[in-house]
Amino acid sequence: MSAHVAVKDLRITAGGKAIVDGVSFEIERGQVLALIGESGSGKTTIALALMGHSRFGATISGEVRLGETRVDRLDDAGLQALRGRRVAYVAQSAASAFNPSRTIMAQVTEPLLVHRLAGKEEAEARAVDLFRALALPSPETIGARYPHQLSGGQLQRLMAAMALITRPELVILDEPTTALDVTTQVEVLKAFKVAIASVGATAIYVSHDLAVVAQMADSILVLNQGRTREQGAAEQVLHAPADDYTRTLMGAARPHARSAPAVVGKEALLKVEGVHAAYGKVPVLRDISLSLAKGATLGVIGESGSGKSTLARVIAGLLPRSAGSVSLAGEELPKGLEGRSREQFRRVQLVFQNADTALNPVQTVGQALARPLAFYHGLKGAAAEAEVARLLDLIRLPAHLATRNVRQLSGGQKQRVNLARALAARPEVLLCDEVTSALDTVVGAAILELIDELRRELGIATVFISHDISTVRAFCDQVLVLYGGTAVEQADAAAFGRGVHHPYTDLLTDSVPEMRAGWLEQARTRKAVLAGESGDDLCRFLPRCPVAIAGTCNAAPPPLRSGDGLALLCHHELHDLEGMSA
Amino acid sequence: MVGRVSGGAAPRSAISGVLPLIAKRIGSALVTLLLVSAVVFTISGLLPGDAAQETLGQSATPEQVAALRHEMGLDRPALTRYVDWLGGMAQGDPGRSLVANMPVREVISARLPNSLMLAGFTALVSVPLALAIGIASAINRGGRLDRTLNVLTLSAVAVPEFLVATLGVLVFSVKLLWLPSIALVSEDASLWDTLRSCALPVLSLSVVVIAQMARMTRAAVADQLDRPYVEMARLKGVPFRRVVLFHVMPNAVGPIVNAVALSLSYLLGGAIIVETIFNFPGLASLMVNAVTSRDMPLLQACAMIFCAIYLTLVLVADVVAILANPRLRAQ
Amino acid sequence: MSRFASFAKSLPLSGRIGLSLVLFWLAVALVGPAVAPHGVGAFVDQDVFSPVSSAFPLGSDYLGRDVLSRLLWGARYTVFLGAGAALLACLIGTTLALTAAVRGGWVDEVLSRAMDTLISIPSKIFALVMVAAFGSSLALLLTITAITYVPGNYRIARALAVNVVSLDFVTVARARGEGGLHVALREVLPNMIHPLLADFGLRFVFIVLLLSGLSFLGLGVQPPYADLGSLVRENMSGLVDGAPAIVMPALAIATLTVGANLLIDALKPVEKQG
Repeated sequence: MSAHVAVKDLRITAGGKAIVDGVSFEIERGQVLALIGESGSGKTTIALALMGHSRFGATISGEVRLGETRVDRLDDAGLQALRGRRVAYVAQSAASAFNPSRTIMAQVTEPLLVHRLAGKEEAEARAVDLFRALALPSPETIGARYPHQLSGGQLQRLMAAMALITRPELVILDEPTTALDVTTQVEVLKAFKVAIASVGATAIYVSHDLAVVAQMADSILVLNQGRTREQGAAEQVLHAPADDYTRTLMGAARPHARSAPAVVGKEALLKVEGVHAAYGKVPVLRDISLSLAKGATLGVIGESGSGKSTLARVIAGLLPRSAGSVSLAGEELPKGLEGRSREQFRRVQLVFQNADTALNPVQTVGQALARPLAFYHGLKGAAAEAEVARLLDLIRLPAHLATRNVRQLSGGQKQRVNLARALAARPEVLLCDEVTSALDTVVGAAILELIDELRRELGIATVFISHDISTVRAFCDQVLVLYGGTAVEQADAAAFGRGVHHPYTDLLTDSVPEMRAGWLEQARTRKAVLAGESGDDLCRFLPRCPVAIAGTCNAAPPPLRSGDGLALLCHHELHDLEGMSA
Repeated sequence: MVGRVSGGAAPRSAISGVLPLIAKRIGSALVTLLLVSAVVFTISGLLPGDAAQETLGQSATPEQVAALRHEMGLDRPALTRYVDWLGGMAQGDPGRSLVANMPVREVISARLPNSLMLAGFTALVSVPLALAIGIASAINRGGRLDRTLNVLTLSAVAVPEFLVATLGVLVFSVKLLWLPSIALVSEDASLWDTLRSCALPVLSLSVVVIAQMARMTRAAVADQLDRPYVEMARLKGVPFRRVVLFHVMPNAVGPIVNAVALSLSYLLGGAIIVETIFNFPGLASLMVNAVTSRDMPLLQACAMIFCAIYLTLVLVADVVAILANPRLRAQ
Repeated sequence: MSRFASFAKSLPLSGRIGLSLVLFWLAVALVGPAVAPHGVGAFVDQDVFSPVSSAFPLGSDYLGRDVLSRLLWGARYTVFLGAGAALLACLIGTTLALTAAVRGGWVDEVLSRAMDTLISIPSKIFALVMVAAFGSSLALLLTITAITYVPGNYRIARALAVNVVSLDFVTVARARGEGGLHVALREVLPNMIHPLLADFGLRFVFIVLLLSGLSFLGLGVQPPYADLGSLVRENMSGLVDGAPAIVMPALAIATLTVGANLLIDALKPVEKQG
């Protein structure tokens, strides 16, 4: 029996450039193929070509077969009949792929209705069944809602419902969990896997995340710049990769613990004590304290909305704190930007997540780096040029890039320049806000290495903000876990490695996919004990906590438990927590 | 984030959620109108200097001027004068027209209906045409039709009304003798005559208004067509016509209504030229007369009416946009 | 010059037409009087409202003056008043917009509220009120038309500036300790130049139309000066004869404004098609 999906010598060109260059693969019925690659690898382009769709006027050539149908030979009417009925698509960002003006139900049932596969009532009944199968809350009524009333994880599952409602032969999932927090990702992946299997569809899973792919795929195709690098069974590609590029990807996916520990000073350089902050009347940080020595690294972890970026903004003075103090080498910094001396500004530098927006697009690399040199150190002319060259060398970029406009750089180069601009100030504290999140894994790993190295060479204290617990664990001397604006756990590296954690930290750790098949099935998604209960003074994590104690956690604020290099806010005793996270 | 859908209750009743928002917009429009009145009064009533001196001329003695100032109330503080003036406006009595020597209210009430009729006819002609052009342009983006319409509307928005008007007169009145070149609008005129009289003014006004409205409509629809949800709908196998009708239009309604309101407000300005050319007895030509004769009470009243109409149009568009947007409707 | 040629080549046909028209009128405004066959006030025709002839390429006007010469003289008022007022409007509007966007807070609130108020007065009405109050000398006309279009420019410029201010590189500059002036002029302004130029062009078109409209109503440029709008007005009595004296100046204004509009549109970044 021939394969269910067969692609032969697929070529997609746009503007004379090949985005996809001679890719071939086959998928057996009911199997899942993963397309793996970094941005620009052509993985999404290939996925869309299976539906006969291309963006930006690209042209598709080559053979695309689905069952007995040659998709590449279909006309517009044929494609219209195919899409949503035999092949369905789950987009990366459900938030923008849903029409904001129509109810969920209208959109989910639409494929059935336009293909005349069911009447309105039957379609809605099927939708509700799917909502239930995808473990969505209140499946009976969720359809009456509008997209903006639902969370990202819910929308992503609803998008899966919309794709599966016609029981398609082939489902294409395009980075469906990339925009989600890890804790949500696990639930969504589980739901997807069950739902796809129950429909019996063949699937293509597009992703850059090897560990996620390990959970979903039967076979893997590794892409780089539109070409196939390696293709094979998932097990083989993940555990015995034959291609160099695949090995690089694998290497970057597992952060190495750093080679030599940094020389850490004894005295606290940066001290944050009892800091509160709010946007308008909405409190975003509550009672945060930390202290950081010269050359030390503090990792701040938390999911979106935890207040981790706000912490950096408060330290930098961009958001004035409402209470508490921030001091640098014993000298208290003014609350906001006003009143800070140029010297105080110089000593604390901020590096942003998105280098595309962090660099002024009208400037050259040289101009971007020269400004802090002139501003803080009064360097001009030849002296400034020499310093720019030195900085470029420091971040391993060729000196001739100085005359290049920042827009002409690649993502990784931009992030290096972004970093160099902060270093130009010769800072004592570097605040790095998700500096690798917008980058491809390999590029991001290189930036991490660079930061770590510079920090050790220059003795800069670093606050490293990230949503990725494994990166933080590998790179940082101290860890601060934020949830809902509260520091639920704070530990030094050694104590953090011992395995006694706040239940939220445990949840985060458990949610990070591992690179082995079967992890997803074993991953615990424990229900919250006291969902729906919350209060201003109570534990912030209470509504999601799987080990909450009724009558205690919902009655009194959590006490501070501290032990050897560790402090956390929980009603459970430290030794009880040890047993729980095992 | 998971906890957001907890009770699973149906969304609150649409209207009750929206009322406070609409009330806020109405309040904001009223505040703006109040500020506008202050600007108009300051410019036309306070800054131009001494009306008494001007009335009497250079030869008047200081005593004469002082007497007239007192008589005209010009010796009272500015704020008092403003409050009196505003009170009069609000009660529908903006004072006496200096030139016509009769209450401003009577002068205006004779003219306003004509202007509203002209605006009404123009809207009736231009709105459907403009929407058709704008939508057709947007869904054929980049195509020949779109490019042609783009250059046409682009040119039309920049054409002065008096060019359209004079060309219209030359062609339809002078050469073809189809239409009168001067608008004879009176209560005795038959409907047919009124329509014929209005034809050229409406034509002159419509050209610019249609072009403007069509361009804004195209932009609104094209903006929606670029959204990811449109691609998603296509990938569900939804036919393009249905995508436009059921996916794009609900989202474009707000911006389109806004475009219509803004373009229609342009009628107010355009009417000034057109009414003058055709001797059309409307509010705009009345205002021009007021400027020429420096009849300030009349001028102020006309200006306030135009501003109030503008604000009403924008407010209506705002409210429609709120009602069309589920994000605002069900907060 | 080759840069200019390649720039012109990069434009679509409509843009090239627009560019030629704008350059043509700029040239006329600069050298028009020097090449005019007759003086601006010279009575050279026995007849009035003569049709087009070799002696009077654009006919003669209601007093028997050469329309071509009157046009060549009049264009400078239209073009230079328009450009001057547009420049003034953009300078004021953009300065206020940058102040509002960079300072934020109550400064932004107050400025935006004030501009919202002014923009609620339709531009022609606003201009009429000001003309009635202050008169219409050339300097006043320049100021009045500029002020009329300040709120429009402010609104555009503020939207642009607020967008740029929200970008990380501005936050970085602030966290570096840079002052408001540096942020406004070095970080924000250079990133809004292109749309601002387009808006300047648009203001120019609006102002030329407004000025011509005012002159047409007899409230704009006053004798002895005459801009293109005044030429249309003074020859209104020729309308029933279909005299070129009334159509030509009106066409002249239209070619200028349409040309400018076509040029601005062609300069916009190419819209992606999909």
